[in-house]
Amino acid sequence: MNPTGYGWLVLAFPLAGMLVVSLGWRVLPGRAAGWIASAAIGGAFASSIGMLLQLLDKPEESRSLVGTAYTYADTAGFRADLSILVDPLSVFMCLVVSGVSFLIHLYSLGYMTSDEGFARFFSYLNFFVFSMLLLILAANFVLLIVGWAFVGAASYLLISFWYRRSTATGAGIKAFVINVIGDVGLVIGTFLLFDGTGALDYAGVFAEAESAFGRNDGELVAACVMLLLGAFAKSAQVPLHTWLPDAMEGPTPVSALIHAATMVTAGVYLIARMHPLFELAPAAADVGAVVGAVTMLIAATIALAVTDLKRVIAYSTMSQIGYMIMGVSVAAYGAGLFHLMTHAFFKALLFMGAGSVIGAMGGVQSLDRMGGFRKAMPFTFVTFTIGALALAGFPLFSGFFSKDEILAFTLNRGGGYAVLAVVGYLAAALTAFYAFRMVFRVFFGAPVPEARELEEGHIAHADPANPATGEKEDTGVGFPGPEHHVAEKEPSMKAAMAPLALLAIVAGAMGIPGVTDTLEHFLEPTFEDSRFRETHPSEGEEWLGLIVGGAICLLGIAVAAVMYLRRPGSTARLRARLAPVHTFLENKWYFDELLTGLFVRPTAAFGRFGRTAIESVFVQGVLVGGAVSIVRAGTSFARAIQTGELRAYAFLLVAGFSGLVLYFLIVSI
Amino acid sequence: MDIGWFVVLSAFIFAIGAAGVLTRRSPLVILLCLELMLNAGNLALIAFSRMLGNQDGQVFALIVMVVAACEVVIGLGIIVAMYRRRLPIDVDQMNELRG
Amino acid sequence: MLFEQILFFVAGLGALAGALGVVLIRNPFYSVLSLVVHLVALAVLFLLLRADFIAAAQVVVYAGAVMVLYVFVVAYVGGSDEPLGPEGGALGRIGPLFALLLLVELTIAIVGSSLTALDSTGPEVSAAFGSPGEIGRLLLTKFLLPFEAASFLLLLAAVGAVVLARKRRGLEEPEEAPGAVAVSDVVHEGGAG
Repeated sequence: MNPTGYGWLVLAFPLAGMLVVSLGWRVLPGRAAGWIASAAIGGAFASSIGMLLQLLDKPEESRSLVGTAYTYADTAGFRADLSILVDPLSVFMCLVVSGVSFLIHLYSLGYMTSDEGFARFFSYLNFFVFSMLLLILAANFVLLIVGWAFVGAASYLLISFWYRRSTATGAGIKAFVINVIGDVGLVIGTFLLFDGTGALDYAGVFAEAESAFGRNDGELVAACVMLLLGAFAKSAQVPLHTWLPDAMEGPTPVSALIHAATMVTAGVYLIARMHPLFELAPAAADVGAVVGAVTMLIAATIALAVTDLKRVIAYSTMSQIGYMIMGVSVAAYGAGLFHLMTHAFFKALLFMGAGSVIGAMGGVQSLDRMGGFRKAMPFTFVTFTIGALALAGFPLFSGFFSKDEILAFTLNRGGGYAVLAVVGYLAAALTAFYAFRMVFRVFFGAPVPEARELEEGHIAHADPANPATGEKEDTGVGFPGPEHHVAEKEPSMKAAMAPLALLAIVAGAMGIPGVTDTLEHFLEPTFEDSRFRETHPSEGEEWLGLIVGGAICLLGIAVAAVMYLRRPGSTARLRARLAPVHTFLENKWYFDELLTGLFVRPTAAFGRFGRTAIESVFVQGVLVGGAVSIVRAGTSFARAIQTGELRAYAFLLVAGFSGLVLYFLIVSI
Repeated sequence: MDIGWFVVLSAFIFAIGAAGVLTRRSPLVILLCLELMLNAGNLALIAFSRMLGNQDGQVFALIVMVVAACEVVIGLGIIVAMYRRRLPIDVDQMNELRG
Repeated sequence: MLFEQILFFVAGLGALAGALGVVLIRNPFYSVLSLVVHLVALAVLFLLLRADFIAAAQVVVYAGAVMVLYVFVVAYVGGSDEPLGPEGGALGRIGPLFALLLLVELTIAIVGSSLTALDSTGPEVSAAFGSPGEIGRLLLTKFLLPFEAASFLLLLAAVGAVVLARKRRGLEEPEEAPGAVAVSDVVHEGGAG
């Protein structure tokens, strides 16, 4: 089968899985829904591998294939097909997405076992994977927008999975609304591009772009900025980032899948895919780079202060995506995508480990109540630490090679980008610190009661409650199930975390500067039209960057170790000394309040105004009431004529007749 | 005499009949005035028939006479029925169709 | 010619006088008589217009039969003099005004009409114009359908009159003649005895 055939299979498997599970969940026995869904994603992964092998068979020049299934519209200069694009970039993304999704499905088999919405969860997961793959494989803007919107919908469904929790539904709505803002940007950008180039498919747009727009053409920059808007909303960059921490209301596998490995990387994919346009409009690319850098730093600072375990990891995601966005905006495509892959591995691993810890805590997510789980959860401890080391960029782990490669590239571009690179190194230091803040606070120190219980062999049980607000809940449909699961006790969870831990360690081997450049070489056909193809740092510069990065990482870990292990309580004293700063960071730089005041309140006020002034007065009073009174007046006038008196009728007859004769007389004159 | 005179005369009679219908109170007299109007129409028809040299107008007038006779029969029948039920024979007091 | 003109004016005045009499006389009986005068004057006018048969029909049918019917009803109902004074309020006062308006309009229409034939006395016609033979021929050939329809209408009117003039309300059982015995009673008692 040719690569595009495998491409259609990649899309067909998750779709079939979703349909089977969602339509037949009542008749499927026990946990079969989970197995079917996981098998579907396994099929998608296998098809991705098939796609890869088929692609590698082809010579390098012809590694970009488009397969069209159906021409949706072809009229008057507008052509939209149902077509997929198979090239190194999309194959790479498919492999990452389907592979990590498969592992997360396995994890969910264990984690969501006792939840009443088990089948619903897996159908949503499959739908999400399908949408993400559709987004990646799309060959034209129309299908891209379709996949983009589906992904937004799927994330809404999954975030508010425990729908009887009001905080969860609120978070889902918030995520969806912000995603829609991004969707609007994407659509407007597409329109501007269509207006300029007259084409909707990637090949057509990229071919026409150079002739249709000049360099840094106003319209092209506007289109690219609109596309960036979409990317920022999906990838949670400032200022459209406020949905990501709240999205931690969803179950942990959701956080692992959507908010670590797949959905948030859609923005990175978008910029990488549209690189001909961004290189033609450097102003837009610079916007992307700056926003990425700013997000990187802000998120890292917030991660120092928040106390909810999952939210620390969420801000870490935001920060790392900032790295990737900056990377692809400064044309370090290979490096940015390499980091995307390694980040998917270690971030999903971190979330899985966090899920295990939260299970041990009986649903509590606050760092303040955790401690000393090292002896009780050895497997989780090891995998979590591996993930944290990769995140921090510890030498020889995967994050080390990928993150520092981006920074080396950025430095190499020179000029203003050097400033961004410095910001990147600063954020790297903070990253190392907060990564190990988590490790030390959760696993080291005196064991908390829950840890002691686990050491004895059973999981702590707490009354079901909302971890954020403490409200009482039950364990029926719409709320988490009654039992909690830890990795040590669930084989499927272990089966999912182990490969990721391994990959987090060895994946770096794909991009050791000077030794292997497997990934870069593989992605070359997609990016060979980049004008920055030849501008990459020399080997010596790259190794220098790596050494600097490694040093910073070790420094960060050392500081964390000192503050948490050697001098416990020093952080509390620091917090007291820098109280205003700490409050500022803990309140997430007050972005939520800012956006609420700027957008939410005025809109709500306008809605109230609309209801009282426009709806009640104008529509009800004038339009509806007016229509009623006009009809009433007309009918009462008509009634007045019906007097019942013969003489009046006769009079009307004669009067009408004479009027008619008068009319004819006048007309004939 | 010119035909026009006859037609003008018929217009006069028609107008007088119309005034009578609007003015009188007794339904009997109103019916009589209705007869006046019909006769005025007949006169006009005959006049035009003479003008065109065609007898169609005369046949028309004959049929009008038949219709007038039928209408008188029914109208008088109604008045007799009203009288039998001791209703006032007064047009102004018959307004049960009011609405 | 002169004779015809004099006759026209006399008959015309008579018609107008009769019409005014119908409208103005208070006593309905006298109104009916006034209408009879009007009808006879109209018959003379028809004769002037060479409508012999119609004139005869007017006198015999209209003045002779219909008006007699009217006289009967007026005698039965006994219409008394209508009271003088304002009749029917506002409508009674402006009604004649509209009639006057109508008259003016019609007169303007006729006098200002572009039918030049109105200013003549009509074309030469044969001696049989307006004779019963001619009318009859037309009735049975060209106007057969209206003729039949008119007869049907007469039938309807007759039936309607009968229904309207019934003594009591609606259709009820016919009164039993005195001394009449129902068959059922006889058979019943016969069976017992």
